Amino acid sequence: MFVKDVGDASYDEIVKIRGSDGIDRMGRVLDAGNELTVVQVLGSTSDLQADVALKFTGSTFKIPVSDQVLGRMFNGLYRPVDGLPPVYSEDLRETDGKPINPVARSQPNNFIQTGVSGIDTMLSLVRGQKLPIFSESGLPHNRLAAQIARQASVKGEKEEFALVFAAIGLKRDDASFFVDQFRNSGAIERSVVILNLAEDAAVERLLTPRIALTVAEYLAFDMQLHVLVILDDMTLYCEALREMSAAKEEVPGRAGYPGYLYSDLATIYERAGILKGRKGSLTQMPILTMPGGDIRHPIPDLTGYITEGQVFLDRDLYQRGVYPPINVLPSLSRLMRSGIGISRTREDHQDVADQLYDTYSRGVRARDLAKIVGQVGLNERERRFLEFSEVFEKRFVNQGDFESRSIEESLDRAWDLLKMVPETELVRIHEKFMEKYHPLHRAQKMVE
Amino acid sequence: MSTSQTGILSRVAGSVVVGSGITDIMMGEVVLVGREELVGEVVKVTEKSFTAQVYEYTGGIGPGGKIVATGKRLITELGPGLLNRIFDGVARDLELLFRERGSFIERGVKVNTLRRDLNWEFTAALAKGATVAPGDVLGTVQETPMVLHRILVPPGMEGTLKQIEETGNFKVDESVAIVSNRQGEHKLTLMQEWPVKIPRPFREGGRLGLDLPLITGQRVIDTFYPIAKGGAAAIPGGFGTGKTITLQQIAKWSDADVVVYTGCGERGNEMCDVLTEFPNLKDPRKGRPLLERTILLANTSNMPVAAREASIYMGVTIAEYYRDQGYDVALMMDSTSRWAEALREISGRLEELPVEQGYPAYLPDRVAEFYERAGRMEVMGRPKRTGSVTIIGAVSPPGGDFNEPLTIATLRYAGVFWALDPELAFSRHFPAINWLKSYSLYSGPLLSSFTQSWGSYSEYGKTSEWWREVSSGYEEYRSRALELLNDAAGIESIARVIGESALPDDQQLILLTAQLLREGFLRQSAFDTVDAYCEPQRQVLLLKMILDFNAQAIKLVKKKVPIDIIRELPQVPLIMRAKEHPGRTEHIASLMAESHKELEKIANSYGFTIKEGSDS
Repeated sequence: MFVKDVGDASYDEIVKIRGSDGIDRMGRVLDAGNELTVVQVLGSTSDLQADVALKFTGSTFKIPVSDQVLGRMFNGLYRPVDGLPPVYSEDLRETDGKPINPVARSQPNNFIQTGVSGIDTMLSLVRGQKLPIFSESGLPHNRLAAQIARQASVKGEKEEFALVFAAIGLKRDDASFFVDQFRNSGAIERSVVILNLAEDAAVERLLTPRIALTVAEYLAFDMQLHVLVILDDMTLYCEALREMSAAKEEVPGRAGYPGYLYSDLATIYERAGILKGRKGSLTQMPILTMPGGDIRHPIPDLTGYITEGQVFLDRDLYQRGVYPPINVLPSLSRLMRSGIGISRTREDHQDVADQLYDTYSRGVRARDLAKIVGQVGLNERERRFLEFSEVFEKRFVNQGDFESRSIEESLDRAWDLLKMVPETELVRIHEKFMEKYHPLHRAQKMVE
Repeated sequence: MSTSQTGILSRVAGSVVVGSGITDIMMGEVVLVGREELVGEVVKVTEKSFTAQVYEYTGGIGPGGKIVATGKRLITELGPGLLNRIFDGVARDLELLFRERGSFIERGVKVNTLRRDLNWEFTAALAKGATVAPGDVLGTVQETPMVLHRILVPPGMEGTLKQIEETGNFKVDESVAIVSNRQGEHKLTLMQEWPVKIPRPFREGGRLGLDLPLITGQRVIDTFYPIAKGGAAAIPGGFGTGKTITLQQIAKWSDADVVVYTGCGERGNEMCDVLTEFPNLKDPRKGRPLLERTILLANTSNMPVAAREASIYMGVTIAEYYRDQGYDVALMMDSTSRWAEALREISGRLEELPVEQGYPAYLPDRVAEFYERAGRMEVMGRPKRTGSVTIIGAVSPPGGDFNEPLTIATLRYAGVFWALDPELAFSRHFPAINWLKSYSLYSGPLLSSFTQSWGSYSEYGKTSEWWREVSSGYEEYRSRALELLNDAAGIESIARVIGESALPDDQQLILLTAQLLREGFLRQSAFDTVDAYCEPQRQVLLLKMILDFNAQAIKLVKKKVPIDIIRELPQVPLIMRAKEHPGRTEHIASLMAESHKELEKIANSYGFTIKEGSDS
């Protein structure tokens, strides 16, 4: 919306808009100029004519926060949708957030046990991390996210995570799946739900994750809770951003997305971490559906450059009946190393993970080869690797929706698989761990 | 340049603001915007108005607000107190910011780069009455136990020393000397200022050849694709291919005197990692905590975009300042793509005509300007000394595709290309530097001086005789290893079609050797205490061990010894593990002898000896 002769509008200021239909809308200033002011209307612009009344509020977008937000449900503009009155508080927070001073951060190193072997063993999540799920339409990313939300715990601590769930352009049934999950597990009492559904205005999607994170920051850094934020689906956020950018007639970048997509996403994803001197933490699990399953698409690509790793879901695996269909090879957790090891999980954890990666990737290569030359064309070594990869998927990655495995259980399972491979091939594991944990050595010790 | 003048804002759109009412404002001048006096820089001047990029969030500012021209360019303070500290993209001390303003960075906060409250012990190197010129060493300050800070006469200053403090404790802005010349008397302090977008001057014609290696302790780099002191390297790779870890490894272990590590538009938690880890790591040569020689610039990805643009110039200016003192400085840039994107974003807001992928047409010029600030040179002033700035820039190409404007522009000006390979990263082979695609233009001149400089390391001085013998074969080892890896790549592509077991034994041996090279040499753990830093001596020995094994095994295969017998030798996995054995060189030497003996035994059982046939 372009407005003439405003005079004293300021950048990012909130504007109240009343159309001839009498409905109040909200907008924000994108470009404050002497002659022309550009206002972005939040919500629907249908029925708006050129004769709207505008009120410039003189303040940027802020939301009230208090401990009353727990257990509540809001829409994408922070209006209650649970029939309860709005949150009242004098504590108003700007939703854009402020960058955390790197000096104020403390190193995330508390291992979160999700109970999912593929994640815990090979891409361990730690408190304060931002670890997205890269998925595709039709894959069970919501099931996995709900399972993680249900099972996530920190070893030796009773305290459960507070959950902040932001539905960004989700279908109603996807959103209610999450809400039902929270209800059934009793987590609803310690969750905040922000719902921007598919039918809601796209422009609101730009605010939804920011509102969720502002609430989450309050819970984590003021109320000292451990907060897990699920942002679902970031692809729809990016599409809304593209829509706005096109409306503003900006120069498009890759695939029509604006050139500042990286910076914009960073202002969302970087809002995770732990602060020195405060007890709480903010862990993010954004979900995005890769258009066409393409990891090189700008959205997953730029996300991967900002987040601390990614969990990659694979259609191929899912069709072979593996749940969760995590393809560990392109998956990664950058903060894993600081969260695992001797006093945190188990001393052999890193070596086992490295070895699994190596062995599995050789197995996958053998499988590709077998497609060309057939199983008979493989030599003995290649056949073993191939067999390993099959069992690895079926018995290690694969598990039930309600099956929560402890990290020790997962590691023992891993060793059980690794014994399929000749010991001389396990060069990524230190010898001292081989002696202590390799099932054959263990069995030998028992005999002695 | 204008003196301080006030104008009026006519437009605010994100980080770009337009103002008018200051007639003689110039490009690059620093402006203060709005009531909070947010810092910005003029990027466009027209007859009636001017445009500035602001280094902070501009919400709440609108037309009619004031804009003040300072008459100064974007500068940084240089002096004692840079090392062992962390700054943001416009060189504000983040520790100080944290103490004063808490965990989140508020806008409009002014913090000096150099602390004004600290005292430094200054010792004069010159006496009263001396004539001084730019770059002359006025005196010294022990900045950290690892680095002696030389206080220099600033560029453009000449005259006679009218007064100098012999020794004493001073704050950075207190006068330690007075220079008098025709223009009058000038106070010299421990600090100076420099406009960051202009390269600091060095002795005319003083650029030196790039023939000294920067030793990083990383095998694939030092042995295969070395970088020279004063050179420039590009390390492009998609996400998760290990750019940051590789840069951090070089920052930790390279034999530079000073390291400037610039995190440009990267992750906050990663900078926190560096801050947590570096104080606990010791320099392998001097045994002191690494932070004592390190300067960190952290401009995380969610800090204002324009400050990202500034951060790389801040970094390189600080690096040049230590170069001018006569030090070898390594500058890490992680990642230049974020800087290029900042350029693109600002260019977009200025409504400039975009060329490829939305980048402005002047992108290659800016890249060239930046990388040309690397070099090894004779610096200005007396006593005569040399210094260097080595630039290592990470590039984050979209989709990991190297065929994009920034990667292409960077490769034009960088002498070393370390190509990161997602395939290697997926199987957790790190550093994931592809040994077939990478190159180093320095390897030619470096190779000869490489081994010399390795040999001159004090700890190897004792064994110089032995060393000369081993290192003389170095060039040969290197090319032999590359040849083997190349051959293996070719054979592998065949094996992918017909299966490995269908290959003749000599080809299978090449594959086995390539595996030994990959696992036992190229792959290096950044986290293993023994393996993280591999001394040059050990690098050569490891390579020699694998190549000798190959040479001897070839003779067995020629005499029809089945490859499986060789592959099943218990020494094979040991060779792959030797790099992380705490016995280091001694262990490798004994393993070499042992595997030789084993191979000889096999040869004997087939009725011949390896030694005999060595000439045939």
